[in-house]
Amino acid sequence: MQEWLDERLSISALSDIARKKEVPVHRYSIWYYFGGMTLFLFVVQVVTGILLLLYYRPSAENAFESVQFIITEVQFGWLIRSIHSWSANLMIATLFIHLFSVFFLRAYRRPREMTWVSGVVLLFIVICFGFSGYLLPWNKLAFFATKVGTEIAGVIPIVGRPVLRFLRGGDDVTGATLTRFFGFHVAVLPATATVFLAVHVLLVQLHGMSVPPSLKAENVRKMKFIPNFLLRDLIGWILAIGVLAALAALFPWELGEKADAFAPAPAGIKPEWYFLFMFQTLKYLPAKILGMDGEVLGIMAFNVVALLLFIVPFVDRGQENRRRTLIFNIIGVLALLYILVMTIIGYVT
Amino acid sequence: MNREEHNTSFPAPVLVAALMVLALFTFASAQKKSSCIDCHVKLDDPRLSNPAKLFDNDVHRSRGLSCNDCHGGDPNADTSEAAKDPSKGYLGKPRTADIPAYCGKCHSDANLMKKFNPSLRVDQESEYYTSVHGKLLKSGEQKVATCISCHTVHGIRAVSDPLSSVYPLNVADTCAKCHGNADYMRAFKIPSDQVIKFRTSVHAKALYDKQDLSAPTCNDCHGNHGATPPGIASVANVCGQCHARQADLFQTSPHKAAFDQQGLAECVTCHSNHDIATPTDQMIGTQQGALCVNCHTDGDKGFAAAAHMRTRIDQLIASIDKSNEILSVAERKGMEVSKPKFDLKGATDALTHARVLIHSSSNIEVDKVVGPGLNVAGKGYQAGLDALAELSFRRKGLAVSLIFILFLALLVYLKIRQLETRQSISK
Repeated sequence: MQEWLDERLSISALSDIARKKEVPVHRYSIWYYFGGMTLFLFVVQVVTGILLLLYYRPSAENAFESVQFIITEVQFGWLIRSIHSWSANLMIATLFIHLFSVFFLRAYRRPREMTWVSGVVLLFIVICFGFSGYLLPWNKLAFFATKVGTEIAGVIPIVGRPVLRFLRGGDDVTGATLTRFFGFHVAVLPATATVFLAVHVLLVQLHGMSVPPSLKAENVRKMKFIPNFLLRDLIGWILAIGVLAALAALFPWELGEKADAFAPAPAGIKPEWYFLFMFQTLKYLPAKILGMDGEVLGIMAFNVVALLLFIVPFVDRGQENRRRTLIFNIIGVLALLYILVMTIIGYVT
Repeated sequence: MNREEHNTSFPAPVLVAALMVLALFTFASAQKKSSCIDCHVKLDDPRLSNPAKLFDNDVHRSRGLSCNDCHGGDPNADTSEAAKDPSKGYLGKPRTADIPAYCGKCHSDANLMKKFNPSLRVDQESEYYTSVHGKLLKSGEQKVATCISCHTVHGIRAVSDPLSSVYPLNVADTCAKCHGNADYMRAFKIPSDQVIKFRTSVHAKALYDKQDLSAPTCNDCHGNHGATPPGIASVANVCGQCHARQADLFQTSPHKAAFDQQGLAECVTCHSNHDIATPTDQMIGTQQGALCVNCHTDGDKGFAAAAHMRTRIDQLIASIDKSNEILSVAERKGMEVSKPKFDLKGATDALTHARVLIHSSSNIEVDKVVGPGLNVAGKGYQAGLDALAELSFRRKGLAVSLIFILFLALLVYLKIRQLETRQSISK
């Protein structure tokens, strides 16, 4: 059987490459696991998402009721739905950790620039997954959060209005928005994510794990990817399943009340935690900054920061330079602190 | 547009300014001359100047009417004598007794009123004369309310205007100007505490606290132009305008004949009139404070019926509370119980219905809705029990799963150790 497959698929060639693959072992190795953990949670999302698709009905009339049916009537439907929601949030958390660890360890440097770029694209795809998936249960909070979120997109000069209409499928958040978001969530985003994920993983395999510039690569011990590193990854994934099961059983994801376009927006409405720092920033901005609309300026600034993320490896290049390293570390720490503080303030206030 | 054409056209600001001047001129020329207002507004005596000042906000002015449309005379004349020339139809200030006819000159004319407000009734004057106010006025009494007592004069506002004296939120205060004045009312030998009592009623709470303009105020029960206290026989009809179901049920109840026989006013006997309190379940039953025991005594049929109805209602309330409590516990623990909570509203509806059916004084009617209500509440309670059982199952399942998961992780960890020990030996 193995020979038959090998003759047709060259499995032994692939397994030879895998067997030869090694992972550096040093004091920062722990951060290598977050990429794999994010990938694992993505797989959990795909599996639970497919299971939810069996019962979910994407229309304003049926969406809420179908999710209610899943969590009350379908055997272990509550577990699948809660794991899907918790896993989505954990995936975004591990993705942020992965991003910052790659940033601080300078793992994006030559020749890994495209690995970083594909990773940033994946970050935005995952955030879009979160934004589109949040609306799908069609509950009150999601409805108004989507309204606010798309309104924010709508204030961008020139392209804002067409983007808002494109996202909503009209001027308001309606059943058309839900259908559209469902399409993005189960077709457009998974297809795009698969392509970029394949590129990202392929590039990681091609270049191997990066050794931080502060360590001398030749002095770093190495371990086999298969089976040593993979088995360690496996422990993390098994424990992640335990965490997801515990969260789903002890803190089942709430469904809330069905969306009602004519109801007043609930008081103190907030977006998902990963948007909270931006939302909080926009709240603090004055109405006018240098004669320009403060909110528009804030949104434009976030767009610029998003674009700057892409060019990080192209700015920090060449020989290791202590001064530049210090500047990048300060920028990274400040960004991390800013996100943390604003998120905490957003939750507390 | 080429440059030459552009240079020959007027700049936009000039055009806008010209249009504004034109609009102002047109507006000014559209205003009719009124020497009455021109003179009266300058007079020192407020009795003479106030009418001219108040008229600015008068609904009649907004419809293009002026002083002479009511008082006659010539508003184009330049002297007081010429303006108030009787030969030009000058009527002056009407006597109190003439006021209804004075207003009715236009307001009773259907053809004329159509030009201003086709939906406005034109029977106010004739209706007024059916009221206690109108009858007293006809009998020569001068201290009674006429049109201007309620609607004010010269500063008359539309009923829909929140500043109007007859806007729903202001009606009680308008009536109270006379009816809340004990000295004024003494001559007519009627009480003056109606408005004070009304302010404590369930109707006033709805009207003032909830700002529910559909809640009744004085005129909704007494009528407005035909204001009169409803007689004993007609009280139920008045209350039944809004509380139709209760009124219908009362008509079929054994109380109807008994009340008629004893000359008791139907709704008022139990609920009072101006100070109608928020109805409570304590009003029914045989315990101290219940209204039923005012007439019924232990051993009579009514006493037993009152006790039965109260017991059934209490049973339903207790059952709903129990179900709500267990569903809330399950909800707080993260279980999805919105559907049973929604279904439980069926029991609350049954309770509301049962409270209405009390007016039939029929145990059978009350039981007909309490029974199904108890069933619904029972299902809600069962749903709460099921949710808590499911929660317990989940937690036990989690404990077993976690043991299995940790065991699996331990196995992998041991496998790594074994593997790496072998690898280090082979090196």
